[in-house]
Amino acid sequence: MQPEFESLVTLKKAIAEKKLSAVNAVTAYLERIGQHDESIHAFNELYGDYAMQRAAQVDAGQITGKLAGVPIAIKDNLCTPYGHTTCSSKMLANFKAPYMATAVGKLEAEGAIIIGKTNLDEFAMGSSTENSAFGMTKNPWDTTRVPGGSSGGSAAAMAADFAAATLGSDTGGSIRQPAALCGVCGLKPTYGKVSRFGLVAFASSLDQIGPFTRSVEDAALLMDVICGHDPRDSTSANLPASDHTLELHKPIENLRIGIAKQYMAEGNDPAVTKAVEDAIEVYKSMGATIVEVDLPHTEYGIPVYYIVATAEASSNLARYDGVHYGHRTEKPEDLYDLYAASRAEGFGDEVKRRIMLGTYALCSGYYDAYYNRALKVRRLIKQDFDKAYEQCDAILCPTTTGVAFKAGDKTDDPLAMYLNDVYTVNANLAGIPGITIPAGLSDDGLPVSIQLYGNAYEDAKLLRIAQMYQSATSHHTLRPKLG
Amino acid sequence: MANPITDADVRHVAQLSRLKLSDEQIAEYTQQLGRVLGYIDKLSELDVDGVEPMAHALDMSNVLREDVPVEGMPVDKALATAPAADPPFFKVPKVLGEGSGA
Repeated sequence: MQPEFESLVTLKKAIAEKKLSAVNAVTAYLERIGQHDESIHAFNELYGDYAMQRAAQVDAGQITGKLAGVPIAIKDNLCTPYGHTTCSSKMLANFKAPYMATAVGKLEAEGAIIIGKTNLDEFAMGSSTENSAFGMTKNPWDTTRVPGGSSGGSAAAMAADFAAATLGSDTGGSIRQPAALCGVCGLKPTYGKVSRFGLVAFASSLDQIGPFTRSVEDAALLMDVICGHDPRDSTSANLPASDHTLELHKPIENLRIGIAKQYMAEGNDPAVTKAVEDAIEVYKSMGATIVEVDLPHTEYGIPVYYIVATAEASSNLARYDGVHYGHRTEKPEDLYDLYAASRAEGFGDEVKRRIMLGTYALCSGYYDAYYNRALKVRRLIKQDFDKAYEQCDAILCPTTTGVAFKAGDKTDDPLAMYLNDVYTVNANLAGIPGITIPAGLSDDGLPVSIQLYGNAYEDAKLLRIAQMYQSATSHHTLRPKLG
Repeated sequence: MANPITDADVRHVAQLSRLKLSDEQIAEYTQQLGRVLGYIDKLSELDVDGVEPMAHALDMSNVLREDVPVEGMPVDKALATAPAADPPFFKVPKVLGEGSGA
């Protein structure tokens, strides 16, 4: 690969300095996708003609901006007024959104070129992309393994260099877990930093859009573009847009890194444990102090998450009624059957399972025992973090307990699949930012990562801390060899 | 441990969720949801008396904007996503029986 394609920052610079035309950049990515995506299946849909047309406009100086000419792929649960927005569901297989997601609109306003939409677990429900109605995505490092999920297509596309960056969404780890399994950077911003307008809703109090990139620097640049208040999302934080790049390369003085024993479980893969231990040494060598913090309610994150997320999903997905949009059954017997048959035909197994779990948790008689109790424990989890951040600037922990697992390994056991999210869900429940960064390869040649949690709204500081690690290591430059 | 959820519960929840399921699916979901609920029961270990429920990560409520009219989505654009439409209406199959009036 040519050096211009090393990262989003290098590509953007090469295009801006006219060392590389946007048309050539788009062509190179489309050729690469054409050559390799048959074996990876990262994409649900490509916008080749549209991308080439935009690229020509960039080269003619008609489109300008911070990301002029940079090809970016987006998760197929982000609405665009062109192409389809399917959420990898039969329910929305033919759905064409009538409007543009704010985050994607902001990318385009800065000259980025959207080249296609990537595969996901149906409605972002899953940790492997095996729940996609259109077939799973494969891990570019080993195509017998999953890329993680739910944003597995975006993670795999990034790992395989099918775009200069990609967008995903993270409800319980859906950016960070696949980033870990595919060996790329993945950021879940603070809840409310990025507008959710045009992101198909799964669990509205947890969903957040974020970038997959090669480097922390690339992630900071994308955050500058996509963050900010949006009157069309009343849960987007009404704060001035922040700058994530300005001080990125300035190390934090007197940095305190928190380590929680609850994340350093004996069951972790030794390669994962070693990655975190090595990172501790990296930070120590840069003058950081390591602080032990206590997050005693960590183990309750999964049960809280699977109540809160499914309860919200059961309500959000009530909109798929066979009337307003999406799939409708052929010959309904009556009104009830129109709803129930359309939904039964349109939704896959996992989506049905979660709708029912959430409906059950909200049922009168169970509401206090499940939903209300879960919300109270969510508060305890948040308070754990509040206390920890009195002692430290960021918490260093694993993203996953192990490396990418084999396709089919966990598909028969929903609970085993849910436990994948054990080190990621608590960031969503508390609303804090989390970033996954590559930390080398296991003995089997599979990516290993570390994760850093920051305090709410301190995304810029979290990125600086992550950048300190990347300035001292080169793991993020490793790439899989495609077959 | 006894399954915390029965076939009848799952049938009821499927009806509330508007999901048409076969008997085999009901049996399978009863078993799977039972396992998940068994795990979720972990939450009963904790004393949560006096803890304020947290429905949202952001401390905000009643977000309002200036009361000025803005243009909404044109009807034809909204109807374009429907499985069937007869502008300016969504079109649905006949839902009332013969002679039941309207």
